[in-house]
Amino acid sequence: MTETKQPIIQIRNVSKRFGKVTAVDNISLDILAGEFFVLLGPSGCGKTTLLRMIAGFEMPTEGQIIIDGQDMSLVPPNKRPVNMVFQSYAVFPHMNVMDNVGYGLRIAGVAKGEIRDRVTEALELVKLGGFEDRMPDQMSGGQRQRVALARSLVMRPKVLLLDEPLSALDAKLRAQMQFELSDLQDKVGITFVTVTHDQDEALSMASRVAVINKGEVAQLAAPSDLYEYPANRFVADFVGSVNIFEGKLTLDEPDKAAVDCPGLGKVYLNHGVTGPHGADVWVALRPEKIYLHVPGEGKAIRAAAQDAPDGHNLARGTIKGMSYLGDITLYEIQLEGGQMIRVSRPNLSRHDQEDFTWDDKVSMHWRADSPVVLLS
Amino acid sequence: MAGALQDWKSQKKPFAAIASLPVFWLALFFVAPMAIVWLYSFGQNAGPADIEISGTLENYKRATEWLYLSIFLKSLAVAALTTLICLIVGFPVAMAITFAAPKWRPWLLLGIMLPFWTNLLIRTYALMALMGTNGYMNKGLGGLWEGASWLRTLVGMQPLEAWTPVQLLYNNFAVVLGLVYVHLPFMVLPLYSALDRLDKSLIEASLDLGAGHFKTFMQIVVPLAAPGIVAGVMITLIPALGAYLTPDLMGGTDSQMIANVIERQFKRANDWPFGAALSFLLIYAMFILIALQSMKANKTKEVR
Repeated sequence: MTETKQPIIQIRNVSKRFGKVTAVDNISLDILAGEFFVLLGPSGCGKTTLLRMIAGFEMPTEGQIIIDGQDMSLVPPNKRPVNMVFQSYAVFPHMNVMDNVGYGLRIAGVAKGEIRDRVTEALELVKLGGFEDRMPDQMSGGQRQRVALARSLVMRPKVLLLDEPLSALDAKLRAQMQFELSDLQDKVGITFVTVTHDQDEALSMASRVAVINKGEVAQLAAPSDLYEYPANRFVADFVGSVNIFEGKLTLDEPDKAAVDCPGLGKVYLNHGVTGPHGADVWVALRPEKIYLHVPGEGKAIRAAAQDAPDGHNLARGTIKGMSYLGDITLYEIQLEGGQMIRVSRPNLSRHDQEDFTWDDKVSMHWRADSPVVLLS
Repeated sequence: MAGALQDWKSQKKPFAAIASLPVFWLALFFVAPMAIVWLYSFGQNAGPADIEISGTLENYKRATEWLYLSIFLKSLAVAALTTLICLIVGFPVAMAITFAAPKWRPWLLLGIMLPFWTNLLIRTYALMALMGTNGYMNKGLGGLWEGASWLRTLVGMQPLEAWTPVQLLYNNFAVVLGLVYVHLPFMVLPLYSALDRLDKSLIEASLDLGAGHFKTFMQIVVPLAAPGIVAGVMITLIPALGAYLTPDLMGGTDSQMIANVIERQFKRANDWPFGAALSFLLIYAMFILIALQSMKANKTKEVR
């Protein structure tokens, strides 16, 4: 990854309203040169509108978008130093691959010989060498997407925008393309801005992710921070799977904190949370961070670890549901208070999934650095 | 579609039962009269109401004389001009409907089709009422003229001469205008259906790659709307070529088209064999147009 820290796109207090609907609500963020930036959010959250405003297909109702130091307010899409890969790929059906990829260069009046060289180079880059004469209807969806990618990359834009680039591909191809896109971005050094609703996609490709909810940025962070240190319930819930319990903050010091959750029990953390004492907070606990035991065993292990006072970070329950996913088994456990909690357990040996079954009484424990306290 | 085709092949008897009536209808009321007229074209008058089919080619010989051929070519020119104007006027209309808000689209399409709800004759007379020397067009122009005259007197200039109405009707201009008016919906509808199918992100992609609106229109919209353009041209050109009512009512003595000549043979001149020969020359011309189009369509299919 190129480590230039200059912002290439500055989004300043941008809002977009369609009639009474506010699609984007006062968003400000900087996208740095050379990074792989992902806008992540549920459908209808405004992420695509934001991308289309960067491309110039929508005009902000308020605010300003600056690309490479230049205010884009009055710049039409065809004059912006960005190119877009459309969700439907938008490969021109009446042109072969050569003409599709060379379209922008032809419009720009580049000499024929140079067009041919640059198109060939771009096709090699997306692993479509030799496809020059193919028509789009003779190609698979994945190949058409590569054509769309090459068509944008050949323009050598400052920023490449990708609208849900992997949503139309099947699962295997999607996983492969995730790697290829990251790889490609490394190679060409162009800033990529991608829109997706798929958190796996965001986590695997991005250098930074902006989670968008209801037109606002819910959190802007690196993928691992997003997952391990979600800023609020929306992010914790949207990115990955999580158990959330309501509770009261009973202890909050620089190196420790405790939350009393009626549904779960006493939760102890080995770091402070800087929240008001006695405030209503939420505890987020990821399923894979909870250990599952036969009753009683959890308490002993908890005590031996000595990273929390007695009676903290423990729970008991009954297995009510179970789904075997191969690499892990997912358990739905009813806590003694009645609330459900999800626990995932890696199948480290071939018979691990046989350890627990429906209606088994189990005990659980987690480490003091696992829970996250959320203030909103 | 494939399933329906298979059913047709395996269920021949019910299909034949359903198809026989319309086929019979077409044979009786379309093919048979056409065949009779076709035979007439090889005949000659053998009395006031008698036609002897003698196998003569005399009618065709006469039909290809310069007098008739020139009218035929002129009809083709008028029809082609009509089609061209319809295309130029109709394309923006079709695009406007395509890009209109979805809730407006059905109403705009209805507006295009509304003229079909009224008889052609009535529409033509209505247009004539507008365009006559005492019509609203002339009144409007006259009003503007008088306004200009009044403005001149205000600034101390001589007033203009009195307004003399413009002769809008009974000339070639009126015929082309009338034909454009009648045939415009035939052009707009196929264009709309082609443009509606066009993926709008293709237009955005073209803009994104640096093309302006005009280049995007020429490089992306027009080629992809080509099937609609061809359909619209054919569906406008063919009826315009055989137009009868519009040149008859709105044209002058020099603006008759081939259909008017044919009508005269069947009625006033009472020369059915010659009228039949002229009719079939027109039909052959249309066949050639349709054949050219389908040949072109096949060719593009092969290229694909």
